[in-house]
Amino acid sequence: MKNKGLMIGCGIGILLVIVVVGFVMWGVGVYNNLVGLDEQVTQSWSQVENQYQRRADLIPNLVNTVKGVAGFEKETYTAVTEARAKVNQINFNSDMLNNPQAFQQFQAAQDNLSSALSRLLVTVENYPELKANENFLQLQSQLEGTENRISVERMKFNQVVQEYNTTIRRFPANFVAGIAGFEQKQYFQAKEGADEAPTVQF
Amino acid sequence: MKHLRFNFNFLVAILLLTSAVIISQPKVPKLTRYCTDQTNTLTSSEIDLIDRSLKTFEDSTSNQIIFLMIPSLDGYPIEMFAYEVATENKIGQKNKNNGVLFLVSLNDRKMRIEVGYGLEGALTDALSSSIIRNEVAPYFRKNEYYNGIVAGLNSIILATKGEYKGERRDDGEDREGFGVFGFIFMMILFFILSRFKRGGVFPIILGGGLGSRSSGGGFGGGGGFGGFSGGGGSFGGGGSSGGW
Repeated sequence: MKNKGLMIGCGIGILLVIVVVGFVMWGVGVYNNLVGLDEQVTQSWSQVENQYQRRADLIPNLVNTVKGVAGFEKETYTAVTEARAKVNQINFNSDMLNNPQAFQQFQAAQDNLSSALSRLLVTVENYPELKANENFLQLQSQLEGTENRISVERMKFNQVVQEYNTTIRRFPANFVAGIAGFEQKQYFQAKEGADEAPTVQF
Repeated sequence: MKHLRFNFNFLVAILLLTSAVIISQPKVPKLTRYCTDQTNTLTSSEIDLIDRSLKTFEDSTSNQIIFLMIPSLDGYPIEMFAYEVATENKIGQKNKNNGVLFLVSLNDRKMRIEVGYGLEGALTDALSSSIIRNEVAPYFRKNEYYNGIVAGLNSIILATKGEYKGERRDDGEDREGFGVFGFIFMMILFFILSRFKRGGVFPIILGGGLGSRSSGGGFGGGGGFGGFSGGGGSFGGGGSSGGW
């Protein structure tokens, strides 16, 4: 009688150990997967940042070229310079990706710079001397290229963030994410009025 | 009955909507060759010549340069379409990301050179836009599509060459000169070789990668050249667009 009870006790004990070990192993697997995804988000964020930085680096060159043209509207390039200064003021890094406010501020500043730039590039169309200048044309193509890269990297970033956010919210992985402190990250939103071409007044 | 009819109308509406969406976005083609022309502008021997040149280039440098000409983008942005074609066909080698797509949309009079991550340093946006503006567009304006495409591809090849071979790129004038001569040389070589084809020289020259698939009479037949297959390269929107 006593023996039988012991055997049942042992059986339950072993079963419990197996369940616990299985559970821990599952948790470790989920956790490692989340770490991998988190790292991917950080990496694609740095690509986005690189392209924004690249654009910021190109701007002084562009402004100087445009300044040299007689009678070029001052407001268009000062707007670009100011927008760039605002972008530089914002201190944003990948740790703040789960902070909606900071992220929105960052995006607003960058989008503001985008629209100032596109207004400038539209204005340029009225200056045949710029349109015939190979140096300027190359500068323009670099800027256009950078804008395109920015939109590609933003798209890639959004895809990675979507995978990450979906994973941490899905049952039952959400328990592990909650315990380990994985938080949802922000997406890039389409620019307000991005579908409207910039208008220039003369 | 009324209910049923409503459902039917609803279904038709949905079908129409979805088909409209499908039409507005041009289908991303699965590329099987280095040179694809969906507009019937190039003759099949011109296509074969470009195809072969680009394959030879890949064999010696591992850089994949792909040419695609489509009739129209149907209002879709060329930047997005080029990115999708390049990404879905996995142009370039996986670890080098050394793919380039030269896309021409004939009726839109637009073109784009899409550059993989690995070649962005050699084939910069500025260089791509110069190639489009100064090498390709002048020919296209005269409706000399073949010449324009060849001039563009040659410039792309010369621009990318330094990246893995360690050669320095020459300056503009030399580049242009070599480009034209290089191509004339290739054409002469090609014609001489094609004379020898029946004698069996061609399969030997073409060599590796073709295997037993290169039957003797396969010239111009397509698919006999050991077609293109993507290596898994990725793109980040580098390159430049332009028109003519």
